[in-house]
Amino acid sequence: MAAEHGPTAGEYIIHHLTHLQNAKPKAVVDFSVFSFDSLFFSIVLGIVTCFLLWKAARKASSGVPGRFQAAVELLVEMVDSQAKGIVHNAESRKFVAPMALTIFVWIFLLNAMDLLPVDLLPFLWEKIYAAAGHDPHHAYLRVVPTADLSITMGLSVSVLLICLYYNVKIKGLGGWIHELFTAPFGNHWALYPFNFAMQMIEFIAKTVSHGMRLFGNMYAGELIFLLIALMGGAWSLSATGIGLAIGHIIAGAVWSIFHILIITLQAFVFMMLALVYLGQAHDHH
Amino acid sequence: MSITGTLIVQMIVFLILVGFTMKYVWPPITAALDERAKKVADGLAAADKAKSELSAANQRVEAELAKSRTETAARLADAERRAQAIIEEAKARATEEGNKIVAAARAEAEQQTVKAREALREQVAALAVRGAEQILRKEVNAGVHSELLSRLKTEL
Repeated sequence: MAAEHGPTAGEYIIHHLTHLQNAKPKAVVDFSVFSFDSLFFSIVLGIVTCFLLWKAARKASSGVPGRFQAAVELLVEMVDSQAKGIVHNAESRKFVAPMALTIFVWIFLLNAMDLLPVDLLPFLWEKIYAAAGHDPHHAYLRVVPTADLSITMGLSVSVLLICLYYNVKIKGLGGWIHELFTAPFGNHWALYPFNFAMQMIEFIAKTVSHGMRLFGNMYAGELIFLLIALMGGAWSLSATGIGLAIGHIIAGAVWSIFHILIITLQAFVFMMLALVYLGQAHDHH
Repeated sequence: MSITGTLIVQMIVFLILVGFTMKYVWPPITAALDERAKKVADGLAAADKAKSELSAANQRVEAELAKSRTETAARLADAERRAQAIIEEAKARATEEGNKIVAAARAEAEQQTVKAREALREQVAALAVRGAEQILRKEVNAGVHSELLSRLKTEL
């Protein structure tokens, strides 16, 4: 923002909400577009997740645990007890419980990107981009992958596919199709279309709300951080400027602290919903 | 704000992460947790066992102590009884001895008395004879008057 003319508030926010992409998406759904920033951060944090968990798993012993091991064990116990309470199938839990753990830790880390100063990584990226000989005004970067709808929907669609897999696996293809047409209203030929429509709506609603909930929370959180950053950006040696800077410090601190709760809660909610949906896939109607 | 190819890539990444966690993270940690739970359970059981063993040992010690206490008391009573008996016996023997000594002394005194009386009688007889001689101015023939003399002696 240190260019010869500062951006307006609108420009600043739009700049921050633009992905680093290979192309502008031409429609609401455009699978030829890839957001490199979201992918980069989610893959890096995915590797960090795996590395942390693997580090704990490698040293896991039944002896007295260290703090880090105890923390990971606490997490594993929490996820395991939740999975046991929701998915009543020991064979499925071998996949479902690790999946829930991955979801929780990974989404927590993805969300935690929100706690970094909102301009820090974009600023560094601008410098790198400029050093590489490009126009720094086009150095777009969004650091919170879960504030990208594609990322959260990717996760929820994965959960949906796993749900479908378990539906077929547990009930058999015939059993599942039978259920699609007979639940929830009952087994009567006149009710078949309504049952099927209901089931389809249920699957779509579950998946969309699953992904949208996480996205909405994180997107809103990011937006508020941007608005708070605008206050500090208006800093000057005047009463208003100093007041706004102080407002930035106070509001930023309060929102960051509150956000610690939100990112943990959203990661937990996403994990719990994934478990609940998978548990439903195991229920016979 | 649109759904992009990022979604597909994210799904692939997600499944890879889940696979990794499932293979390399979850099993060792849960195994360690289960093992620790078992160890703790074993430890608790061992502690319980040790506690019951301790109380049993305490009971044994208590019983042993009680036994030795009664034994000591019995032995003490026995010793006292024996001492009493010995004292009684000694007392009886002493009394007997004393009686014997007293009896012997009494017998001796009797003897001495008899002897003294005899001697006295002798002397009285002699005195009488001498007195009679003095009175009669003449010798009394002891042989002639022996009968008289012995009669006198018995009369004295």
